[in-house]
Amino acid sequence: MTIAVEFANVSRHFGTVRAVDGVDLTIAEGSFFAMLGPSGSGKTTCLRLISGFEKPTGGQIRIFGEDVSETPPHLRNVNTVFQDYALFPHLNVRDNVAYGLMVKGMGRAARYRKAEEMLALVKLDGYGDRKPAQLSGGQRQRVALARALVNEPRVLLLDEPLGALDLKLREAMQDELKALQHKLGLTFVFVTHDQHEALSMADSLAVFNEGRIAQIGTPQDIYDRPATRFVADFVGSSNVLPPDLTRALGGPAEWASLRPEATRLAPTGPVSGTVIALRYLGSGTRVVIDAGGTEVAALVPAGQPVPAEGATTAIAFEPSALHLMGTT
Amino acid sequence: MRSEASWGLKAAALGGLLFLHLPILLIFLYAFTTEERSYAFPPPGYTTQWFGVAWNRADIWPPLWLSLKVAAIATVMAMILGTLAAAGMARAKFFGRDQISLLILLPIALPGVITGMSLRSAFGIMDIPFSTWTIVLGHATFCIVIVYNNAIARMRRLSGGIMEASADLGANAFQTFRYVLLPNLGSALLAGGMLAFALSFDEVIVTTFTAGQQSTLPIWMLNELVRPRQRPVTNVVAIVVFAATFVPILIAYYLTRGGSETAGMGK
Repeated sequence: MTIAVEFANVSRHFGTVRAVDGVDLTIAEGSFFAMLGPSGSGKTTCLRLISGFEKPTGGQIRIFGEDVSETPPHLRNVNTVFQDYALFPHLNVRDNVAYGLMVKGMGRAARYRKAEEMLALVKLDGYGDRKPAQLSGGQRQRVALARALVNEPRVLLLDEPLGALDLKLREAMQDELKALQHKLGLTFVFVTHDQHEALSMADSLAVFNEGRIAQIGTPQDIYDRPATRFVADFVGSSNVLPPDLTRALGGPAEWASLRPEATRLAPTGPVSGTVIALRYLGSGTRVVIDAGGTEVAALVPAGQPVPAEGATTAIAFEPSALHLMGTT
Repeated sequence: MRSEASWGLKAAALGGLLFLHLPILLIFLYAFTTEERSYAFPPPGYTTQWFGVAWNRADIWPPLWLSLKVAAIATVMAMILGTLAAAGMARAKFFGRDQISLLILLPIALPGVITGMSLRSAFGIMDIPFSTWTIVLGHATFCIVIVYNNAIARMRRLSGGIMEASADLGANAFQTFRYVLLPNLGSALLAGGMLAFALSFDEVIVTTFTAGQQSTLPIWMLNELVRPRQRPVTNVVAIVVFAATFVPILIAYYLTRGGSETAGMGK
């Protein structure tokens, strides 16, 4: 396995703010890697450290083995799809896509030909003469993608590229991005605060919290076996159970996570309380009960009876569904 | 949703517009009157002879050239200094930035009388004789502000992302300036320059304090109106002034209009 991007104890401090604090990270070539975290967790700064718009205040960044810590952005063989696309408003779509080739000195005919190929790849053939302002959000996003890919980067960075799109378009683009990545075999590094997006698209992901990596692994690792309370809380909608409740349920006195879909409602069970909230999700209903001060959610699949708010019920689950996360 | 305004509001709006613009039409009208001593209404007759008379009046040309020269030099100065100031203010964050920004904007907020007096006394203290250059300096104080305002508005609206995008795609700093910044700033600079030119061309107050014995075109007109002789000639000149200032302002308006689509972009 070739390592595309490697962080060795990388920090980026802004004065006293530790935006990125001692991050170790390896991204395999050809993988779809997601950086997930709430805003301000350091994921975007990490992306900017790879693109070169931020310089590390400590540690070393290597791209395909080469130390790039001092290399300016325009000399790095990585390209970015920016969050707001950052298309050049004064250039038409074709010139936007051909920009990277133009500044490298490629002739007009050759670069336009390559630009048209890229536009075809992102299904925007025939849009070359339009200005960015005449495109929809989804189309701009594709132009930004084509503009980055035409340079044949070794790593493609995507900074919340789907954030500005509506839900339906976002889902369609998720599939398309994934397919594109497979087709090109490129390394994609994807920043998002949307856990569903990260889980559904990435081969592996890093969950960021306060400038550090809370957990790194495959989506399944992270969803089924969150390493910390933060990860359990942030990724998916797991219940986080305090140590005394875990012990009351027959486990050790440790924090534990319990996925709502691994539970069912029962007349009696280890966790019982009054129903305090119901949320209809279409595919099921999320039932939240107050179990002696701790809110625990269960997912009732569609078609099964749902208790009324205020009713008393219990939640049952297999003991193996309880995932322990230590005492802190 | 568009709601229908009441006829009273419409009448008031129409009245306001007429009040603002009828006098301008009258200026044009009186350039064609046969009555040369007073502005009688309606004009007793119509003629185009005053255009010829104005053309042959030797005393019109020096003020016209002076005005054009002053406006051109002041505009060039303003475009250079105003753009540099805007670039500095848009990019840097430093202690006292807001205060300096206010100081840059001040000349346009200050009454022209104050600017004129202060410049006049400063020139006096420094023993600088009045010349074309003292007029230029006086005009440059507010012309810089016009260019600065246009440039900084555009710089702020440009998403900073496009400069980064350019670097990300492999462009060095010079290429980014040449291919991204300049094309996006160009129309704002041109618009600022045109407005500055128009403003300088018809400026009276500051000019009165800094011109000494020279007359710019507006000052010549002011003097001319006092004398009831060949009055329509003044109106002919007024039409020239109108064209020389209105056309650049109109162009500037079209250049900056719709700037949000061309420069803002983003979301």
